[in-house]
Amino acid sequence: MNVNWVVKTVLLCCVVLASEHVSARDAEKGLEIAKEMKKRDEGWIDTLANTQMILRSPDGRESVRDIRVKTLEVLDDGDKSLTIFDQPRDVAGTAFLSFSHAVGPDDQWIYLPAIKRVKRIATRNKSGPFMGSEFAYEDMASFEIEKFTFAYLEDDTFNDIECFVVEQVPVDKYSGYKKQIAWVDKEHYRVHKIEFYDRKDALLKVLTMDEYEQYEGKYWRALRADMDNEQTGKSTTLLTSEITFKTGLDEQDFDKNALRRAR
Amino acid sequence: MKQNVTRLATYFGVGASLLSSVFSIHASADITYSGSASLQQRYFFQDALYPFQTQSQLSIALAPQLETSVGENGVFTFSPFARIDQRDAERSHADIREAMYAAYFDKFEVRAGIGKVFWGQTESLHLVDIINQTDLVESIDTEDKLGQPMLDVRYLLDSGYISVYVLPYFRERTFSGVEGRLRAPFPMDTDFVQYESDDEETNVDYAVRWQQSIGSLELGVSYFDGTDRVPDVFFRPEEDAVVSMQTSLASFYPQLQQASIDALYVANGWLFKLEALSAKRLEEEYSAYVAGFEYTLVDIFSSGYDLGILMEHQFDERENNPAVFGQNDLMLGARFLMNDFSGTEFLFGFVQDLDESDSYSAFIEGSTRFSQNWRLEVNGYFFSSDTPNDPTYAIRRDDHLSIQLEYFF
Repeated sequence: MNVNWVVKTVLLCCVVLASEHVSARDAEKGLEIAKEMKKRDEGWIDTLANTQMILRSPDGRESVRDIRVKTLEVLDDGDKSLTIFDQPRDVAGTAFLSFSHAVGPDDQWIYLPAIKRVKRIATRNKSGPFMGSEFAYEDMASFEIEKFTFAYLEDDTFNDIECFVVEQVPVDKYSGYKKQIAWVDKEHYRVHKIEFYDRKDALLKVLTMDEYEQYEGKYWRALRADMDNEQTGKSTTLLTSEITFKTGLDEQDFDKNALRRAR
Repeated sequence: MKQNVTRLATYFGVGASLLSSVFSIHASADITYSGSASLQQRYFFQDALYPFQTQSQLSIALAPQLETSVGENGVFTFSPFARIDQRDAERSHADIREAMYAAYFDKFEVRAGIGKVFWGQTESLHLVDIINQTDLVESIDTEDKLGQPMLDVRYLLDSGYISVYVLPYFRERTFSGVEGRLRAPFPMDTDFVQYESDDEETNVDYAVRWQQSIGSLELGVSYFDGTDRVPDVFFRPEEDAVVSMQTSLASFYPQLQQASIDALYVANGWLFKLEALSAKRLEEEYSAYVAGFEYTLVDIFSSGYDLGILMEHQFDERENNPAVFGQNDLMLGARFLMNDFSGTEFLFGFVQDLDESDSYSAFIEGSTRFSQNWRLEVNGYFFSSDTPNDPTYAIRRDDHLSIQLEYFF
C-alpha cells in the first residue's frame, strides 16, 4: 500500500518534470554536446578488454559469455573491433570482426573455427541481437556523429550527477530504433543512461552505464553496462574486468587474415 | 574391427609421441587444452536395401585440441579425432585433423603440418573446396574433412591474401563398411585403390589461391593441380573377389586440373553467392557452378527470431555420371535463428533434381545449447530417387535421423 503510493508520487513527479522541460528542444546544442563527447574521447588509439556478458531471462535464469574485445580507433571513420569468444565452450575460438562506418552499413565477418570458415554477415542484421544478448550489433558499434541527428532536450540529474538530456535519431533506415534519449554528464561528457525507442516509438530498452574509470588521464570507460529490455523483461550485463590502452595493435590486427589468427 | 582398433592405436601412438615432444620442448610455454566428446545415435527409418546393413547405430567420438605458442611468431595446434561405432567397422576410425605449426610475420604466414583449409561461399554444395578429403563416414553432408598434410605460404595483402599450397600426401576418401548404411550396393574395398599418378598417394599436389575483400564483394580465385578428391568407382577385379566371396567396389583417383572462382556480394539483407569451376580430368573438360542467394529477415513478426531464405542452383556439365551431385538441381532452404540463450538454430533444405522429378533430397540440421558446456544436435537427411544413374539412387532408403549430444571442455 505504502510502496504503491510512493511509486505513484514518483511517477507524478516525473510527468510534471517532463512536461516542464518539453519546450527546451535545441538541435544545435545537441550536436555541440555530441561533438564535445567525441572530441574528449579522441586519441585513445587502441584498447584490449576482457569482458563478461551475463544474459538474464525474466524467470531469473542466467547464461554467461566470456569475450575479449580488441578495438582500434579510426579517426576519419567508425572504429574497428575484433571480438573473440572464450565461453560458452561450444563457440570458443569464434571471432567476430566489425568495421563500423560513420556513413553506410558496417562491414562484419565471423570466423567459425570448427569448419575454418570466414563468413561475411548481411549488414541488415545490425538491429539483431549480439550473441543472443539484449545488445544489438548497432549498440556495440562505435559512436559516430554522422550516424544520428541530435537535439538537446533538457537538463536533468541522474544519480545526483548533472546531465544534459540529448535525443539521438538514427540516420540509417535499417536501425532498429526510432530514437534514443541519452543522459550525458556536464562535467566529463560521459553517457550514463540511454533509453532506446523501437520503430513504433515505444520504450524498448534502457542502458545504464556505471563504474566509470579514467585511463591515461583522459579516457573514461564504464566497467559495467546494464541493458534492460522493458518489453520482454530480459536483461544483459556487460562487466569489464580489465582494459588496456595503446597495446600496439594496428590495421593488420583487424582484417580478415587476423580473424583466423585470433586466439 | 580388429584392424581398425590397431589403426586407432597407431594413430594415438603417433599422437602421444607428438604430444610428449611438444611438452618436452615447451614445458614452460602456455598450453591451452580444449575439445569435445560426443555421443551419437543414428536411426534409419526404412528397412535396409543391402545385406548386413543395420537399422540404427550408436557411436562415441573424441576430439581434443591442444594449442601452444612457439617462439614469438608461432603457434602449434594439435587436434586428433577418433570415433568408435557400434556397427560399422569403417566408421570406427581415427584421424589427425590438425598437427600444424603456423608462423605469422608482418606480410607472410607460413603453415606446415596437417591441417584444414576451406574455400567457398555457397551452402548447398561446396563445389570449389578441394584441399581436404571428405571424411564421408562422419556425415553424408560432406562437411567433415580429413587432415591434409600441407605447406601453405601466404602473402598478406590489404584485406586479402595470396596462398601457395604444396600438398605432399593424398588422403583416401572414407566409405561406410558392409554393415553401414549410406553406401553403394556393394561395399568399398578400401585396400584396393588405384591412381592415375605413378606416385600414387605420394603425388605432390599444388594449389594457389587469391582471396580479396573489395568493399561489399568477397572474391576468391583458385587453381588446383593434383589428385582428385572424388574417386571413380569400379568393380574390384574378379580374382580378388573370389578369395573374399564378396563382390566389392574399388576406387580410382585420377589427376585433376581445376580453375575456380567463388564470390559473395552483400547488399543490406541480401547475400549473393557464386562458386564456379572449369576442370580437366581424364581427358574430359567440363564446367560446373552453384549460384544463389540468402535473404535475411531480422526479428520476424517482432518475435526476436531471424529467418534466412536460401535458394541455390547447382549445375554440372557432366551428364549421366552417378558420382556427380548437382547436375541440374535447385535447392530451397530456410535458416532459423532463435537468438536465445541457447543459440538455438535450424537449417532446412530441399534439393530437387530439375531433370528427374522423382529425384530429390531434404535435410534438417538443428542445434541448441545446454549450460555452458553441452550442445545437442539433431540432423535429419531424406532421399528419394527412381533413377538408377542418379547419385541418390543407391541411398534412396537411407533416410535417417542423427541425434548427437556433445560435451565441450
